[in-house]
Amino acid sequence: MKVFLLSLLLAITPAWATDSFAPKLDIGKGGKCVEEPQWMRKNHMQVLLQQRDETVHLGIRDGKYSLKVCIECHASTKDDSVLGRADSFCEGCHRYEAVKIDCFECHSSKRHLSLVQDASLAQKESK
Amino acid sequence: MSDTNVQRRQFLKTSVGATAVAIAPGMLLFDMAHGKSEAVSSKMRWGMLIDTTNCADGCNDCVKACNKENGLSGGLSPTDSQWIRKVELKDMRSGRAVSLPMMCQHCAEPPCVDVCPTGASFKRADGIVLVDKHTCIGCRYCMMACPYKARSFVHEPLHDQKPDVPRGKGTVESCTLCVHRVDKGQQPACAEACPNKSILFGNLNDPESEIAKKIRTVASTQIRADLGLDTGIRYQGI
Amino acid sequence: MQTNSFNRNEQRYFYMLVAAGMLVLLMGLFAVHAMEEHGHIITGMNNQIVWGMPHVFAIFMIVAASGVLNVASIGSVFGKPMYKARAPLASLLSIALLAGGLSVLMLDLGRPERVIVAATHFNFTSVFAWNVVLYSGMFAAVGIYLWTMMEQRMNPWSKPVGLFVFAWRFILTTGTGLIFAFLVARQAYGSALLAPMFIVISFTWGLAVFHVVQSAIYAWNGKTHTPEIVKRMKNLLGIFIIGALYLVATYHLTNLYFAHQSGFERFILKDGGIYPQLLWWGYGLFGNLVPLILIFHPKLGNARSALAASLLVIIGGFALLYVFIIGGQAYPLNIFPGYEASSSFGDGQIGLYSPSLPEFLLGFGGLAIAFLITLIGVRALNFMPHDKPHVAAAGATD
Repeated sequence: MKVFLLSLLLAITPAWATDSFAPKLDIGKGGKCVEEPQWMRKNHMQVLLQQRDETVHLGIRDGKYSLKVCIECHASTKDDSVLGRADSFCEGCHRYEAVKIDCFECHSSKRHLSLVQDASLAQKESK
Repeated sequence: MSDTNVQRRQFLKTSVGATAVAIAPGMLLFDMAHGKSEAVSSKMRWGMLIDTTNCADGCNDCVKACNKENGLSGGLSPTDSQWIRKVELKDMRSGRAVSLPMMCQHCAEPPCVDVCPTGASFKRADGIVLVDKHTCIGCRYCMMACPYKARSFVHEPLHDQKPDVPRGKGTVESCTLCVHRVDKGQQPACAEACPNKSILFGNLNDPESEIAKKIRTVASTQIRADLGLDTGIRYQGI
Repeated sequence: MQTNSFNRNEQRYFYMLVAAGMLVLLMGLFAVHAMEEHGHIITGMNNQIVWGMPHVFAIFMIVAASGVLNVASIGSVFGKPMYKARAPLASLLSIALLAGGLSVLMLDLGRPERVIVAATHFNFTSVFAWNVVLYSGMFAAVGIYLWTMMEQRMNPWSKPVGLFVFAWRFILTTGTGLIFAFLVARQAYGSALLAPMFIVISFTWGLAVFHVVQSAIYAWNGKTHTPEIVKRMKNLLGIFIIGALYLVATYHLTNLYFAHQSGFERFILKDGGIYPQLLWWGYGLFGNLVPLILIFHPKLGNARSALAASLLVIIGGFALLYVFIIGGQAYPLNIFPGYEASSSFGDGQIGLYSPSLPEFLLGFGGLAIAFLITLIGVRALNFMPHDKPHVAAAGATD
């Protein structure tokens, strides 16, 4: 039983990117951004942590790993958010991996300047 | 060494110098426009000089600007956050009335930083006193220690915070001197909003800055100066 | 017959008490969950009264936890056999109260899930951070102390360890007092007197709690107090009450003498509504005067009146802490001396506070933790004070 579970685990982990169960994400802008996607999947928490301390304590605001910059690019173009749906950029993966995100109780999960088409907005308003 | 060689060296030196002089302001502007990638330093000590003689009784523009900039609700119940508030004062002897904005005084020796068990309350190298909400456990000891009642505790879950001003339930917060604006080379929102230009913001450590010059020439006070906290916010006219 | 039926059902009573304790604890946890969900908005605390009812409970338990060890110290450090027999029970109570008090303090945090941060990020200038070390050190020290007393082979060590615990708890209560003593800007606090005041108060509360628990255990086991022992312990309690009262009075008198503090004293002693009421009636009358009469009146002073005195001391302690912690914050900060201030943020106004149900549930939850640890500890191990016959008889002479 143990061996079976272990092999299952081993089978799942490396197959992440091509796994058919993997979440299909609604990413505003995908592909390589600051680092290769696979590297970011593994290390984004470390770089975010490092960036956060530099920003808060040293006032360095133009670091390339800033959470705000992540959201600007990768938030959905439908709702400008990285949160809230099963295919949202942050929430999609975190739901899949069952890891709690502790960022957005305080941080905005929305893109600063909306990319949502004005047409769809107008449509909503007219409804 | 021949004369030509010396001349060539001289020429190189001059031209390199000239190029540097030509490029430097541009580089500086570039830095300003992109936010600085260097850590803040103690060459700066950000502060304010508030002219209470100019501060209109009943005017609330600085408070409104602060609420808008930082995404505060503007509610006035005892559990709502107020980073800046207008205080109406009446001299108990003479009856003279004074109105002034009160907020975190950005002390050089901040009691909130001394008492914070986790070091979440901290002072940046440039004198701005902040709460690192990532390490704040919400014990409220800093609120007990602050002589100015400058801090608020977030009593409820929040939504739709400003991207530049993260705030969250269960942590303590206060005036950040609009640190996100200051880092971009802008002024704090309250200073910009004051219709009477009563809030002068600047670098106290630079003797040539407007604020430093004014502090040299007019009488200004620190609130509760007896505590010896060396506040960054100074008042004129009380 | 009465005792017989009690003995037959003793086991059942024990489990009923455990269940009752669990129930109170569960309600406390429910309050914690509600506070997590909704934030501190469901408590009575606000930006003016930042510490409320949970802190009254927590600080009472922490101070009493240190004071209850006094019983052990008199035994180990000063070598009084009568107290030595009670040292294990005192140590157990100390651990139980400390656990209860710290749980309340921790669960009241805005971010209780981050409490580990308090251990990984350590600010050495913070009295709070020192207290984190002092409290966890106390657990360890008292645990070892208990071991040296309960394990025969470790007995020779019990005296030096007892001495260490004695010193540690002095520092610990000093630390608790300093939490307030270092708040220079607040009229109510910022006095060096608070450290010794908390120490003497801890003796009083600790002994009172000890006496209540000891009486319960005696009754449970159908034993009666030896009059000599009751007499000695109640007299000691009386002396502690007078000592604490002296320091509390001195603290208020010095405040009255400092011109700029007299406004605060007028508020606390006379004009402050609930606070002077609690201070004079709750602490003064029921927490001091009545217990002193119960203890020292020649016609009283038996086991029952000693128990009543102890219970009153505990109630008076809560009243004092309520006035000290909440009344101290309710009086407005004097930010602009010489001016009358008013603002939207409560400047120049008395802070309003009414404790809410979740705060009480949390506080009682902490008491339940202390109760359960004591109950189960006493049941599982031998904490019953065993007086040697000659000790009981000689009690009055030493």
